[in-house]
Amino acid sequence: MPVEIDIEHVAKLARLDLSDDESARLRTQLAQILEHAARVGEVAAADVPPTASPIPRANVYREDVPEPSLPADEALRNAPERDGDRFRVPRIAETGA
Amino acid sequence: MSAELCDLTGAELSAKLAAGETSASDVLASSQRRIDAVEDRVGAFLTRTDQLASERAEELDAYLSTGAPQSPVAGIPVALKDVLTTNGVRTTCGSKILETYVPPYDATAWARLAGAGAVLVGKTNCDEFAMGSSNENSAYGPVRNPWDTDRVPGGSSGGSAAAVAAGEAVWALGTDTGGSVRQPASLCGVVGLKPTYGRISRYGLIAFASSLDTVGTFSRTVRDSASMLQILAGHDPRDATSLDVPVPAYTDGIDGGVAGLRVGVVTEAFGEGVDPGVVASVRAAIDQLEGLGASIGEVELPHAAYALSAYYLIAPSECSSNLARYDGVRYGLRAPGEHADSIEMMFATRGQGFGPEVKRRIMLGTYALSAGYYEAYYGQAQKVRTLVIRNYEAAFERFDILVSPTSPTTAFRIGEKADDPMAMYLNDIFTIPANLGGVPAISIPSGLDDAGLPVGIQLTAPALDEPTLFRAAHALESALSLDLRPPLLQGAG
Repeated sequence: MPVEIDIEHVAKLARLDLSDDESARLRTQLAQILEHAARVGEVAAADVPPTASPIPRANVYREDVPEPSLPADEALRNAPERDGDRFRVPRIAETGA
Repeated sequence: MSAELCDLTGAELSAKLAAGETSASDVLASSQRRIDAVEDRVGAFLTRTDQLASERAEELDAYLSTGAPQSPVAGIPVALKDVLTTNGVRTTCGSKILETYVPPYDATAWARLAGAGAVLVGKTNCDEFAMGSSNENSAYGPVRNPWDTDRVPGGSSGGSAAAVAAGEAVWALGTDTGGSVRQPASLCGVVGLKPTYGRISRYGLIAFASSLDTVGTFSRTVRDSASMLQILAGHDPRDATSLDVPVPAYTDGIDGGVAGLRVGVVTEAFGEGVDPGVVASVRAAIDQLEGLGASIGEVELPHAAYALSAYYLIAPSECSSNLARYDGVRYGLRAPGEHADSIEMMFATRGQGFGPEVKRRIMLGTYALSAGYYEAYYGQAQKVRTLVIRNYEAAFERFDILVSPTSPTTAFRIGEKADDPMAMYLNDIFTIPANLGGVPAISIPSGLDDAGLPVGIQLTAPALDEPTLFRAAHALESALSLDLRPPLLQGAG
């Protein structure tokens, strides 16, 4: 059964501008890929535990050793736009009131 | 074009350097001449580091002339896939979104090689963010296979594989998330190693799918692969997933042979959809192993058929999360023009900066992780990973090494599969299970098919048993005694 995907909704979750062409193509391709991928349900029985990482490790700690940080100029070197020692971005909240 | 210094193996170059028969500067010059001669037809590099390399080689020659102890890596020209960060050298991931990104730090894998004296010749082209199997997904154009420049080198580490095959570099690093080192190694006729998950630090490897990503090596011999891993392997406090276990001496037992070694042939990897030329070449290589005294049996990995499905849920899911960082704020592209607010800027930046395959995977992963679908897709795929691991555990009770073709086909034509994502994804059907299971695997050339294109055989070992992997691969390589020189290097052309 072909999978119906709300492409506009998913693109919104992914913060991705898509052209109409891209959306149409993705609708077809994702349905095709998901039809194949859904085969995982055929063998993944309820009593099989999931594995998130092939070599499981938990709670990896290291000593908390103070080290010099990256200098601000280095950290900002690739900034699309900077303002002193800060990243400059377009408005992030409504202004006023 | 006659054989030059850049056509020698790392071990041979190291011996010549130690004996004072050549210098790091001469070796580098040979590699750079080769790049000048073939690069317009191969296109392996996105950035060349000629100046840095020359300075580095001069420093090394001054050091070597003191007679000080020398690492087997010193003076070897190395190329790096452009997903590994290099301090002060542009690192693009084959993407427009990082076109001008200059990292302020070195990846640990590169820092270790550099610390041992390796010379960086350049950063290699790859599929955008390592997503692809043909190198056609790079924002900077395709790489061409030195064996036939109308064909793909494989991917995603296509530039690294092609550079080593053409002698532009003696060694290269790549990354392998679903086969991205082994498949291009197979298609370009070189040796490609994906070690155990966690064996090499990933600090500075720009992330694609974190539960699968592995740094891997390209070389022209198994011994060189072992020499490289010797330097690369080990714990790194900057990567919590790097394993804190001892590193064995990888070249020590490499000549031990395969007498009595139990080799399991993965039966389903010789069925429908596999080129007859691939089957014939790999079967002949298995006969060689038997002739060397290995005991050959058959083994099934019943859930490997589902591994591809699981992979195309797990990898896109993790990618959709990892690539959320490209938001036009701290580095990389910001879409030009005025933006009403930051959110609109992010939509525009990501829409303009990512190519079609990356968008496809981000969308697939975002969907698979979204409310209502998580259990059916990502949750179920994680269970299939458990089944794949159990398959390996059962197989490695009976066998020391598993063998199969690396890829179902030899190098295909540029454009041939570009419009069919599912056909492209099937390239990785034999390589993906090792990523899901975290086990080490190596691809070495088994010969050429009737069309004169390289075929690769994949050997797989249990987690952390790289020593047995190298020993078996080296024995087979010695018995096959292939002399692989791409046509590109034979004529004047």
